[in-house]
Amino acid sequence: MSRLRRVPWWSWFWFTLGVIYFILPLLATLEFSLSMERDKISLLAYEKAFADKDFIETFTYSNLLALATILASIVLIVPTAYWIRLRLPQARRITEFITLMPFVVPAIILVFGLIRIYSAPVTIPFTDYELFRPLTNTHFGTNILIVAGYIVLAMPYMYRSVDTGMRTVDVRTLTEAAQSLGASWFTIIARVILPNIRASLLSGALLTFAIVVGEVTLASFLGVDAFGPYLFLLGQHRAYEPAALSFVSFLLTWLAMGLIQLFTGGQGQAAGAH
Amino acid sequence: MAQTALPAPKFKPASDWKNWLGVAPFFLFAILFLILPSIRLFVGTFTDGDGNFTFKNLTDLITQKSILDAYWLSIRISAVTAIGGGIFGFLLAYAVTVGGLPRPLRSALITFSGVASNFAGVPLAFAFVATIGRTGFITAVLRDTFGINIYQSGFNLYSFWGLSITYMYFQFPLMVLIMAPALDGLKREWREAAENLGATTLQYWSRVAMPVLLPSILGAMILLFGNAFGAYATAYALTGGTLPIVTIQIGAQIRGDVLHNPGLGYAMAMGMVIIMGISLAGYSWLQKLSERWLRS
Repeated sequence: MSRLRRVPWWSWFWFTLGVIYFILPLLATLEFSLSMERDKISLLAYEKAFADKDFIETFTYSNLLALATILASIVLIVPTAYWIRLRLPQARRITEFITLMPFVVPAIILVFGLIRIYSAPVTIPFTDYELFRPLTNTHFGTNILIVAGYIVLAMPYMYRSVDTGMRTVDVRTLTEAAQSLGASWFTIIARVILPNIRASLLSGALLTFAIVVGEVTLASFLGVDAFGPYLFLLGQHRAYEPAALSFVSFLLTWLAMGLIQLFTGGQGQAAGAH
Repeated sequence: MAQTALPAPKFKPASDWKNWLGVAPFFLFAILFLILPSIRLFVGTFTDGDGNFTFKNLTDLITQKSILDAYWLSIRISAVTAIGGGIFGFLLAYAVTVGGLPRPLRSALITFSGVASNFAGVPLAFAFVATIGRTGFITAVLRDTFGINIYQSGFNLYSFWGLSITYMYFQFPLMVLIMAPALDGLKREWREAAENLGATTLQYWSRVAMPVLLPSILGAMILLFGNAFGAYATAYALTGGTLPIVTIQIGAQIRGDVLHNPGLGYAMAMGMVIIMGISLAGYSWLQKLSERWLRS
């Protein structure tokens, strides 16, 4: 059939247009970030951006937040997904509903609710007995709040990654085998289940990383000195350094997604704090 | 009879509540950091300044012009980027799946879509400032090479269309990610059958492929709508809060009671949650419809 050998002009046209839309903003950002010195291409903007003490601090801090979010998500979600698969299939629907809720409650609404609840002392319902001081009053409390918020934002992706991972391994047989060898629940989850779903865990972790580093809504409303708010402020009074850091952010996202592609070999996933 | 259906004796259900203990930490977390905050906004919607029950916040919500304008602006931006991004994303997904482009281009596009749909917020805003801002790359090229000054002819990045063009950067890749698997689901036999019966390409698309794909396309567009509707960081970084979409207004309300009524802020947030909820429900319903054809 001649139709199959014809050059698909129409497809090429749309593909080219798509590539242009993808590439142009990146190219423009790169070009701009390299032109800090007059009439020549230089990495001065990158040098200046990386040398800034505040950059190093906020970027490190955001990475720590991402790490804390990833670890806490795993501790929270893996045993839950495991338990639902093994013993509690009747909890599947409600859990899936909860993990989809963050799509309905966007970051700006979530932080609104979190601030209204946790900027007041937390009491036992219907009494005046105070459980703990307002979380937003202390540094430690704010950190807990923001990590909790990030866990919520990343939950749809993390839960789905973990659940998909568990679908491909025979959780029940693995558990029986481990139990017959005398393993405790902790050993089963940490040394049998986790290694078996490591590819999905990694993809969930990288997506979480892409969401948290550079996140700006929760961080700025909770008053946390993270990378997102820093980049925003830098953009208010500098020109070239923010462009350089934006390009670096893009490379980081690219790295995370590339690794996911590499480890799962599957379809890409979408997330993000828009 | 083979004895494969025997239940594993070790897993006799223990008493039910003990099993629920296993998921208690997760539910406790969800209640504390997701459900309680949502309930707080819900309760606030129906509470006046003195803590009494009221419907006034809701009636204010639909009578105050500035708030209605904010919703309308958000809806317009979300609709424009959902439809525009949806059509463009669909055509791209078409090109790399059934459109006859070489296979490697497909995985390249999918990976790039994964990156672009995650590339949002402050860096995205800055990238578009560097591209079509006043001194942006494209702006300069158009002015110096083609003699077209887009800013003199009324374009402004910090406006409705500017924000829409920026949102498109994460909208159409999301469409590609959703539509590529759906287009894969189109069975080759359908096309062959249509051709054997003498159908043209146009007839095949309008009478066979499109009706099958339509629920996915609509569902994905609704998801795109919600995606843009809930966006805050990109808009804030780009316009600094001058374009009064709903999320920006809510942000201003959190920072300081700009509506001079805390209850109204809660009501605004609730209205948003409801719109997002409807769009997610619509998406999952249409997704189920499309699975009948595409995944059997």
